[in-house]
Amino acid sequence: MEEVLHAPHHEEHPSGLMRWVTTTNHKDIGTLYLWFSLSMFLFAGSLAMLIRAELFQPGLQLVNPAVFNQLTAMHGLIMIFGAIMPAFVGFANWQVPLMIGAPDMAFPRLNNWSFWLLPVAATLLLSSFFAPGGAMAAGWTMYPPLFIQGGISYDMTILAIHILGLSSIMGAINIIVTILNLRAPGMTLMKMPLFVWTWLITAYLLVAVMPVLASVITMLLTDRHFGTHFFNAGGGGDPVMFQHIFWFFGHPEVYIMILPAFGIVSTIIPTFARKKLFGYTSMVWAVASIAFLSFIVWAHHMFTTGMPVAGQLFFMYSTMLIAIPTGVKVFNWVATLWRGSLTFETPMLFAIAVVCLFTIGGFSGVVLALVPVDIQLQDTYYVVAHFHYVLFSGAAMSIMGGIYYWLPKWTGHLYDETLGKWHFWLTAIAFNVTFFPMHFLGLAGMPRRIPDYALQFADFNMISSLGAFVLGLAQLLFMYTVIKCIRGGQPAGDKPWDGADSLEWTLSSPPPYHSFNTPPRVD
Amino acid sequence: MGQRSHWPRYRGVALLAGVAAGPVAAEYAINLAPPATAIARQIYDLHTMVLWICFGIFLVVFLPMFYAIWRHRKSLGHQAHRFHEHPMLEMAWTAAPAVILVVMAIPTTKVVLAMKDTAASDISIKVTGRQWKWEYEYLGQDLKFISSSATPQAQIDNQAAKGEHYLLEVDRPLVVPTGQKVRLVFTAEDVIHSWWVPALGVKQDAVPGFIRDAWFTIDTPGTYRGQCAELCGVGHGFMPIVVEAVPPAQYAAWMTEQKTQLAAAKSSAEKEFALAELVAQGEKVYVANCAACHQASGAGIPGTFPALDGSPVVTGPPAAHLERVFKGRAGTAMQPFGKQLSDLEIAAVISYERNSWHNKTGDGVQPSVVAALRASLGK
Repeated sequence: MEEVLHAPHHEEHPSGLMRWVTTTNHKDIGTLYLWFSLSMFLFAGSLAMLIRAELFQPGLQLVNPAVFNQLTAMHGLIMIFGAIMPAFVGFANWQVPLMIGAPDMAFPRLNNWSFWLLPVAATLLLSSFFAPGGAMAAGWTMYPPLFIQGGISYDMTILAIHILGLSSIMGAINIIVTILNLRAPGMTLMKMPLFVWTWLITAYLLVAVMPVLASVITMLLTDRHFGTHFFNAGGGGDPVMFQHIFWFFGHPEVYIMILPAFGIVSTIIPTFARKKLFGYTSMVWAVASIAFLSFIVWAHHMFTTGMPVAGQLFFMYSTMLIAIPTGVKVFNWVATLWRGSLTFETPMLFAIAVVCLFTIGGFSGVVLALVPVDIQLQDTYYVVAHFHYVLFSGAAMSIMGGIYYWLPKWTGHLYDETLGKWHFWLTAIAFNVTFFPMHFLGLAGMPRRIPDYALQFADFNMISSLGAFVLGLAQLLFMYTVIKCIRGGQPAGDKPWDGADSLEWTLSSPPPYHSFNTPPRVD
Repeated sequence: MGQRSHWPRYRGVALLAGVAAGPVAAEYAINLAPPATAIARQIYDLHTMVLWICFGIFLVVFLPMFYAIWRHRKSLGHQAHRFHEHPMLEMAWTAAPAVILVVMAIPTTKVVLAMKDTAASDISIKVTGRQWKWEYEYLGQDLKFISSSATPQAQIDNQAAKGEHYLLEVDRPLVVPTGQKVRLVFTAEDVIHSWWVPALGVKQDAVPGFIRDAWFTIDTPGTYRGQCAELCGVGHGFMPIVVEAVPPAQYAAWMTEQKTQLAAAKSSAEKEFALAELVAQGEKVYVANCAACHQASGAGIPGTFPALDGSPVVTGPPAAHLERVFKGRAGTAMQPFGKQLSDLEIAAVISYERNSWHNKTGDGVQPSVVAALRASLGK
């Protein structure tokens, strides 16, 4: 019976490079996404190293201000669109079919196309450094009229973002359709692993807001070249309207980058606490509420633009509300740990660090929600500290934890636990040395995106730069540990983590080519 | 520094925790600037309050977590318990944060309303952001000047020792009277800038084509420093703000003096200058207004800002050169300097550019020529 069912699937797969170019397999595509993400992470990270090297001391040493602005803009843009988002799509590709008991994604060819758009966009972005005048230098937020002043690289950036957006939308549709249609018999929505839930909601956010980003950058393009005046007051437009549209995309985007991270943490913690996730239902509702709220808080990025007092108050109150579902998530994680039977393998260390450090980012978020305090802190290093606590120790560190967690399943080998722990401790400590002092810098009055600073900021900048260099080097250790695990190591067995209970652990490690040929039954 | 009763009160406690000390050491300043206005003080107190609430929540949440990490380990033989929900507990920890948020929102709302109240001001000053300097216009006083960074390029390039107020010093500060409500109206010429002086509790974006406003009342005379907070291009980091608060009598005297100087400058613009004199004056104008893009060497930044050294415009006919400087170039960072600089300054800087680096035209432009162009354009 098994033989008969398998027979039609025994086609030949191309090998070598063509395997990757033509693949429609969710695991191969997931792997491609993750490698792409890692390479962009290291590239955008090296831009950050240059930023920190320039800021090591007051005065201009390494780069001129024009290049510095290119570094900050491209660091942000590439980290967000090249590193964090593709990494989570990589996880979705690998894990969603495995966790819902499906053979593959719903649209395998679309999946291939979604991935292969990324290198095209990346080539455009990276080559824009060599365009006349260098890369885009108006910040990742691309505010006009500054953006309108730029050269050809600004148009290349617009095109690259369009392509990235297209890839994200197609990826998101694929994930939604897969989750809604290919679940194993018996797996009702409220029985789905939380990681699948977070991705379902994230995918809806992507479909909702990526077109908004696409339209706003198209408006920039037509303002630049086709005589429109959407953002030019001289022609009846309004530069602040760009910010409204951009942040209507931008704030849900923040949750696009953090909800799957919540999913990963909610998977890892129960495994190593050997205890069911506390408050599954409230976790799902919390994610859904955060997603809903993300659409009505955008103008908190714009408190200093001078909006009417009613606007400031509305967006302040709605922003404060986000603390409630976010708090529920943190409380549930702590309750999951409570009276568990805890062990501290590398993924667990990362997950616990994410809970603590993300919460610090949440606290600074509450501080920033308060309009008067935000007016002092807007566009300072406090904001830089805040979003790195959310996006590095929230998103990036949960990605690292997730990689260690599932690497044995994906490769069939156990990773080197000693190296993993070294990587964790170096990352966690260096991260705090880099970013914690930035709170102080922001409070004391250092604006962000400046290539040089007044003398009273010198000491903390030097500390922060030293931390950054260690943080950067630690990621090379990460890459080495991952490659070492792929090339060999102790056999992982089907289920290396005794506390894990989702469907992927019922398969071999690595899983068979068409993950589940017969749908498993979930009761 | 304890000029008001209630903020040093928090300071002692804050020092204790080591998370929010006052301005103890300049090099390790870790808190908001010492407030110089009532609003800045309220912001300072709000921040301190929220910080303490967050610190409390952190303890409540993470002490149990660290306890679990410490005691509920598998290596200690701890067995996992089976519970995974508790409706009452879950409802409680949804409601409790809501209550805390309301507690935070009430005082915050009061401060927001106070900050927005720009009515009944004593004086109004229009602030215009430009790449990369600020223009201040005292409304109803016929006084307008540009304030740009006074930090020498050599300090930025590490060729000279950095001064005490490195990057936070200007050629002409904004002078305001103490004890009076100053209303600022903001706009910008080119891109969005943001006028920020931490000690005053004012940060307001200056948006081209639109007017925004904010206000402050400074209690004690002093010098308060800040800088542009919104990315505005290459010179963003070099766009400082200095506010000098003086007693009202001194302010009135300053205003009179400014007007006398203005009248003197007007009459001198009518006379004929020697080329060397213009070139010498022009160098100062060039450093303050042109060098950020075109560089002190005149070499520009290839691909971004054109070189003036050997430029066909600069070495070509003076009339075309004047027109470019006066009218700027639409869609680029080259501003219409006719709006910002006096006839003498424009004449001087053009004469300087035509006779510097490898440019040796041997000719210049007289202020009267600039005045004629201005008159023909009706500006």
